[in-house]
Amino acid sequence: MPETVLLLTLIVLPFAGAVAAGLMPTHARNAAGALAGAVALFCLLLVWVAYPTVSAGDVLRAEWAWMPALGLNFSLRMDGFAWLFAGLVMGIGALVVLYARYYMAEDDPVPRFFAFLLAFMGAMTGVVISGNLVQLAFFWELTSLFSFLLIGYWHHTTAAREGARMALTVTATGGLALFAGVLVLGHIVGTYELDAVLAAGDRIREHPLYLLALILILLGALTKSAQFPFQFWLPNAMAAPTPVSAYLHSATLVKAGVFLLARLWPAMAGTDAWFLLVGGAGLVTMLLGAYVAIFQNDLKGLLAYSTISHLGLITLLLGLDSQLALVAAVFHILNHAAFKASLFMAAGIIDHETGTRDIRRLSGLNRSMPFTGRLALVAAAAMAGVPLLNGFISKEMFFAEALSAEGPLGLVKILPFAAMLGSAFSVAYSLRFIHGAFFGPDPVDLPRTPHEPATWMRFPVEILVLICLGVGVLPAATVGPFLDLAVRSVLGNEVPYYSLSVWHGFNFPLLMSFIALAGGVALYLLLQGWLRSETEGEPLLRRFEGKRIFERAMVFLSWRLARRLEGIASTRRLQPQLRLIVAVAFLAGGAAVWVRGLGPGNLPPAPVDPVLALVWAVGGTCALGAAMLAKFHRLAALILVGGAGLAVCVTFVWFSAPDLALTQLTVEVVTTVLLLLGLRWLPKRVEVPGDGGPEVLTRARRLRDLGLAVSAGGGLAALSYAVMTRTPPELLARDFLARAYTEGGGTNVVNVTLVDFRAFDTLGEIFVVAAVALATYALLRRFRPAADSVEPPVQQQDQLSADLAEPGTERPVADWLLVPFTLTRLIFPVMALVAAFLLLRGHDLPGGGFSAGMVVAIAVILQYMIGGTAWTEDRLAWLRPRVWIGAGLLLASGTGLAALGFGRPFLTSYFGYINLPVIGEMPTASALIFDIGVFALVVGATLLMLVALAHQSVRGRRATSRALASLAKAGRARILAGDD
Amino acid sequence: MELVVSLAIGVLAGSGVWLLLRPRTFQVTIGLALLSYAVNLFIFSTGGLRTGADAILGRGQVGTLAEFTDPVPQALVLTAIVIGFATTALLLVVLLAARGLTGTDHVDGRERDR
Repeated sequence: MPETVLLLTLIVLPFAGAVAAGLMPTHARNAAGALAGAVALFCLLLVWVAYPTVSAGDVLRAEWAWMPALGLNFSLRMDGFAWLFAGLVMGIGALVVLYARYYMAEDDPVPRFFAFLLAFMGAMTGVVISGNLVQLAFFWELTSLFSFLLIGYWHHTTAAREGARMALTVTATGGLALFAGVLVLGHIVGTYELDAVLAAGDRIREHPLYLLALILILLGALTKSAQFPFQFWLPNAMAAPTPVSAYLHSATLVKAGVFLLARLWPAMAGTDAWFLLVGGAGLVTMLLGAYVAIFQNDLKGLLAYSTISHLGLITLLLGLDSQLALVAAVFHILNHAAFKASLFMAAGIIDHETGTRDIRRLSGLNRSMPFTGRLALVAAAAMAGVPLLNGFISKEMFFAEALSAEGPLGLVKILPFAAMLGSAFSVAYSLRFIHGAFFGPDPVDLPRTPHEPATWMRFPVEILVLICLGVGVLPAATVGPFLDLAVRSVLGNEVPYYSLSVWHGFNFPLLMSFIALAGGVALYLLLQGWLRSETEGEPLLRRFEGKRIFERAMVFLSWRLARRLEGIASTRRLQPQLRLIVAVAFLAGGAAVWVRGLGPGNLPPAPVDPVLALVWAVGGTCALGAAMLAKFHRLAALILVGGAGLAVCVTFVWFSAPDLALTQLTVEVVTTVLLLLGLRWLPKRVEVPGDGGPEVLTRARRLRDLGLAVSAGGGLAALSYAVMTRTPPELLARDFLARAYTEGGGTNVVNVTLVDFRAFDTLGEIFVVAAVALATYALLRRFRPAADSVEPPVQQQDQLSADLAEPGTERPVADWLLVPFTLTRLIFPVMALVAAFLLLRGHDLPGGGFSAGMVVAIAVILQYMIGGTAWTEDRLAWLRPRVWIGAGLLLASGTGLAALGFGRPFLTSYFGYINLPVIGEMPTASALIFDIGVFALVVGATLLMLVALAHQSVRGRRATSRALASLAKAGRARILAGDD
Repeated sequence: MELVVSLAIGVLAGSGVWLLLRPRTFQVTIGLALLSYAVNLFIFSTGGLRTGADAILGRGQVGTLAEFTDPVPQALVLTAIVIGFATTALLLVVLLAARGLTGTDHVDGRERDR
């Protein structure tokens, strides 16, 4: 198999498996398990296939261009170290899948579990075999994300939710720091490729930014590996299902941190800062974790703190700046994965078969589950570092390194003692695990009667314990080649001599081992009294709970600080916000002028035409009048806005923009009708003359707003004057003008632009209009109109009282507005014809879908206004605005898609002329069909909005008639005008 | 001529901004309408003011800016007019609904605290 395919499969297959598992039905436990197992085993096989290449000292590589402009490639790279880790991820993964199949309850949504697990496996593989650091940081964050999902798998429990959130917050924040660190590192080296970074060790260490990069990367690594002071998330993550803990919290996720440290060891280690930060964190974590572990009453809690401690040990070894220590660290990573995964699984079996994990309740399980007991005993002994087991050998190497370490500050003097102390603690908690659970009298009052688990559930534990034994007895023959391979790929060819064997003769490390063993046993016996008491937690350190500090910090950050900032920087009131926007816009424009200056333009201004000046004297007065009257005289203000709009319309005509004028005019009509319809629900506001004027504060506020308005208006006037007196840039205009006919097939360039050159833009726009229309419709369906501000007009009152007198007939009492009524009926077909005319000629002459649609909408709304809702809808039942909207959108998008059918890009148009009888020669670009779509949409959307609003008055009238009826009963003829 | 149009833009924008900052919903709606006139005119004017220029090409003609008006700002403004109408409608309906729900036509849904 080519190596590119192999590497890619290693990453893609788990994710593909995750998707497949996620799509399975909720209770497909066996199918999902089989799938996950098959994926893990197949990937393991692939890793094995890579062995010959890797063992020959070659590196498997694969590379795809990702962001070439930034020098980033998606590159995969597997050397011996990555190979070892990939094997660990897949191997333990396969065992965990088998275990989980039996561990998970029938009513859990198991496929989801396996989907997360597989996705995590893929992310972890990505971290391990990434060939560039940015990509590594990406997969790193993915592992945080999927571990969040896995820890929170039983999301109905608070502990799971909190644990998951805490793990995500800590590790993902660390991941961001790592990303920043990686960027700094990339800046130092000039590339993010791992090969180059590893080769540039000297340059990195001498660079002034080294310390920054180191701290940021360590933040990532130490949070992930739960090192002091970030260790608190790991015990809380024990709320996860036990297979997750066995996988994530022993073999993979937490190992990612130490993986990274070992990976970057050649590039970054070897400085005092590295020694102090990495070694210091490792030392403190090792002692702290081991000490706290002794006092845990929960089996998994004990294992969690023990994991923290062992990771501390590995970190400490990595911090020692010695090649032998690196060998020991890698070796211990493997050993710890083997015994800790098996112990987690054993703890899970105990939990599964007895219903509790509390050491104080458990006892004497050795009799009911002897086989599991033996397995756990061996694994725990390996954890304690008992000879002939794998933990012993790496611990011996650790002792040897502790004795020979060199470093600043005389810190190394205490290392041997610290190592022994940590080891003794480790013996003590291992003893507690085994003695507490498996020995002693028979347990009483357990939730379930304990018995051996299913054979296949125990199988993974058996395999792992076998590995512990095999490595412990014959290290060189079993793990030797693999360890050598991994270490060689990290250290290059400078691998120091080390001996993997059980017996090195009587020496200091052996002596230390025995002291630690004896000390641990003694400690355990001494602590019996404390451990049997009901005291929760450990002596001395109980108050320093990382979790509580973390929670306080979170509350401060996400709640108090946020609230305070919101109080300072935000308001719920609209006016200050708008004021701010206007002020900022003004200042931004002003700043640009300030910086670049605003000289006179190069074009002489055209002479003022008195007619247009007169038009704008009127238009401007209208605008000012509207501004003054909008509060107390809404109708007048509305009419004045119409006046200003007409002035705009005339301006468009004046300066050769007929299409704009047409659209502006029609839209003006519709807008006015719309606002008129809304007026009735606004509260009556009457100006009280001679009130002495508003108070001082209000007056000051108005003055400030006036200042803003004048500045904004003046600024915009100056800006537009400056723009207009300069030669306008040609930009697209030349192109559009040249190709409108020759390639777009229309002489109306604006229309061709809309339906052809920029048709995608128009398509987007009509979708927006459709969305807005539907939104208004939806809003109005649940509308609770305010009480009418005005009494119904006399006509309506008469009609209503007639309807009330003879319910059910609804006979018109009088022909109100007979002349306009007849006229609008007559004018309707004429307007429809005008609309058709505008639509069809749009491509060549002013017109088009927008204005044609508006004309139809105006025609219909006229009928509504004069004829009334009921009369119009009786006759125009075919008018279903939503259908028009849908048809318009379909037609427009369909025309665009049809181009794809002819192998052209989306919205390409075709054109030609056809001769129709009577009508004559007609342009038939496919753009016309698009324009018809626009037309239908505009008709539908406009009518939907207007009709929805108009219907409110029908509703309102029903409410009014009810009110009238009740009033009539009370003998009162008038309706109270409702105001607030 | 440019002076007239830019003054017109200024007056429209000034009136619009003034109304935008008022507390009543109807004032804000009207203000938005006036402001959109101003902005549309402004965008339109970026193509240069041309009286008597042709807007329509002859059959088969390749147009140039020397004889014809700039179609790009016009096309932009044309869509802006329609969108402006749609958003005004939406604003109006939201304001009416707010008035129905809160009983006031103040933009904040409640009268200013005195």
